Amino acid sequence: MADSSIVLIAAQGVSASASYLYASLGEAFGQRSGVFNLGVDGIMLMGAFTAFYTVYNGQSPLVGVLAAALVGAAMGLLMAFISVTLKAEQGISGIGLYMFGLGLSTLLFDTLIKSVRPIDHGFDKLPIPVLSTIPVIGPILFNQNLMVYGALLLVPISWFVLNKTTLGLNIRAAGQNPQAADAMGVNVALVRYFAVTFGGTMAGIAGASLSIAQTNIFQQNMTNGIGFIAVALVYFGGWSPIGILGGTLLFSVVTTLQLWIQTLGVPISPSLISMLPSVVTIIALVLAVYFYRTQAPSALGQPYRRDEN
Amino acid sequence: MTLYSRFTRQREALMPILVPVLAVAAALAVGAVFLLALGIDPGKVYEKLISGAVGSTYSQTQTIGKATTLLLVAIGVCIAFRANVLNIGVEGQVIVGGLATTAFALNFKDLPSPILITLSLLAGFIAGGAWAAIPGVLKAWFRVNEILSTIMMNQISVYLLIVLLTGPLQDTTAGTASANIVQSSKIPEAAWLPLLIPRTVFHLGAILAVIAAFVVYFFLWRTVAGYRIRAVGQNPYASAYAGISVKRMTVLAMVLSGALAGLAGGVEVLGITHRAIQDFSTGYGFSGIVVALFGSLHPLGAIPAALLFGGMLVSGTKLGSVGVSSSMVTVLEGLIVLFVVSSSELVRRSRRHAAEPPLRAETESELSADTSLNAERKEVVT
Repeated sequence: MADSSIVLIAAQGVSASASYLYASLGEAFGQRSGVFNLGVDGIMLMGAFTAFYTVYNGQSPLVGVLAAALVGAAMGLLMAFISVTLKAEQGISGIGLYMFGLGLSTLLFDTLIKSVRPIDHGFDKLPIPVLSTIPVIGPILFNQNLMVYGALLLVPISWFVLNKTTLGLNIRAAGQNPQAADAMGVNVALVRYFAVTFGGTMAGIAGASLSIAQTNIFQQNMTNGIGFIAVALVYFGGWSPIGILGGTLLFSVVTTLQLWIQTLGVPISPSLISMLPSVVTIIALVLAVYFYRTQAPSALGQPYRRDEN
Repeated sequence: MTLYSRFTRQREALMPILVPVLAVAAALAVGAVFLLALGIDPGKVYEKLISGAVGSTYSQTQTIGKATTLLLVAIGVCIAFRANVLNIGVEGQVIVGGLATTAFALNFKDLPSPILITLSLLAGFIAGGAWAAIPGVLKAWFRVNEILSTIMMNQISVYLLIVLLTGPLQDTTAGTASANIVQSSKIPEAAWLPLLIPRTVFHLGAILAVIAAFVVYFFLWRTVAGYRIRAVGQNPYASAYAGISVKRMTVLAMVLSGALAGLAGGVEVLGITHRAIQDFSTGYGFSGIVVALFGSLHPLGAIPAALLFGGMLVSGTKLGSVGVSSSMVTVLEGLIVLFVVSSSELVRRSRRHAAEPPLRAETESELSADTSLNAERKEVVT
């Protein structure tokens, strides 16, 4: 009995990691190109609402994800315009984008849906034949919904694109040394636009995986800071997709632990346990500085001005 | 030539007013598009936004009550942002300050009223500062991004509030404990901030906040520590070269801004809620940041900004009658932040453009304006 409940909780942990993975991997592209987008949480909320509302109106979950991706892309494009073209301070712009997304998703929810109600069909579990019958690992990794498989697949894809393609090289050059990239004929602005818009798209999908795959509801501020933790995971993962996967797994363990403590009935206030992810994030940020100080893109957070260099 | 440069200087002086005004207009316009798309009449919503804030004497005092707390938060944000320390954790610092003030007022209820009020507020001030010291030290000595760490500290403080209000600080009045209400006991009347107009929420804190704004202004522009904080924010490398400890100034700016946020939490408790409740800080954190940005990071500019956004928060809760939830205010705040930060490049471009033809005149006037700064600079070096 105890074993099967641990497997169940671990499976929940893997399922919960999907939204972190989409958001973090997308943010890694933006940061590698030199743009720090703190609005991820707001984009996720808009994505979560869009996907939910699409499915709520009778569309299939796949259409819901597509709609969320489009809204995410639009918000990413807005962030790119503000940070690349208008060269605004990125930290504050991100906070503005977050407030906008938080406010608008709540406003739309209050106006169009009004009260919390579930949809009947989100993404259902899709067991992979054969693999899902492996004891322990099967139910944890291979009995998940499509969004979880997609998130796990995105790790090697992101790694390949960032490290083995010209596009990835251009993205890294734009974030590491935009002057040199510019001199070599790379269109720094275009590359940054692409990377930030891609990050927004992924954040939109991350929101969708929260509202129509992991749960089947939308609630005001349902991300509860996942987007910010996702940004922190990029630091902790040393700006590499593999590192981000490691960080996400750590978070899954923490989340799992949190659920586990609650099911065991340990007499600790649930609110005290709920502090764990935030505390772990702060510790992870401190550790990240020690492990990966040199890996941060040198031009991260700095707008590129050709005329000044 | 001189006429031209005088004109540009006039325009530059107008920028801190022009930019926010245009940002509000743009945000209202974009907000109206969303409302129209939802089939809601923006005219009615915006009318309610105004009348809900200033329509009656009572709503006017409500606006001042909200603006009081917002102003204290915003002047703290001014200090931090001037040092280029992006303290997004004011929400959490308000909570922790409010909790400390509540705990003090409940535990020392026998002290004479003025002493009780002063010490309770001091407890909030210190607690907020201490809470902010953590991300401050993490930034200065461990190079941890303060935006991320303060957001995490916000989450932690929200849960801390629930832990304390369902545990050690829980309301012990009969009936409420069993009903699972998350709040503290009512604080003794001796600790309440005196009302300036009876039966309203216009309390002594309003005057305190305005005085605090002037003190912060004096601190930032007339003291060595304030000058150093601004210097570090402008150029940390040059400051370090001039012998300023960037690390210490970073922590100082963070602690002072947290302390003011903590004081804001205390003022909210002693002046308005009279007990710690679950969501007494809701919106103050992020709105405080908006107020500071809107006031061009100037403590005195924050005074009108606090009134404007205090009014919006008050009328936001009354928007239900026109078919919109209070989240409309968050949408507008987000848009205003986006417009204000986006304008910096445009301001910069117009300034550059203007500076090119009358280069000499500009340089001379800047030189003469800079002598006071040079005097300060010498003072710092010695």
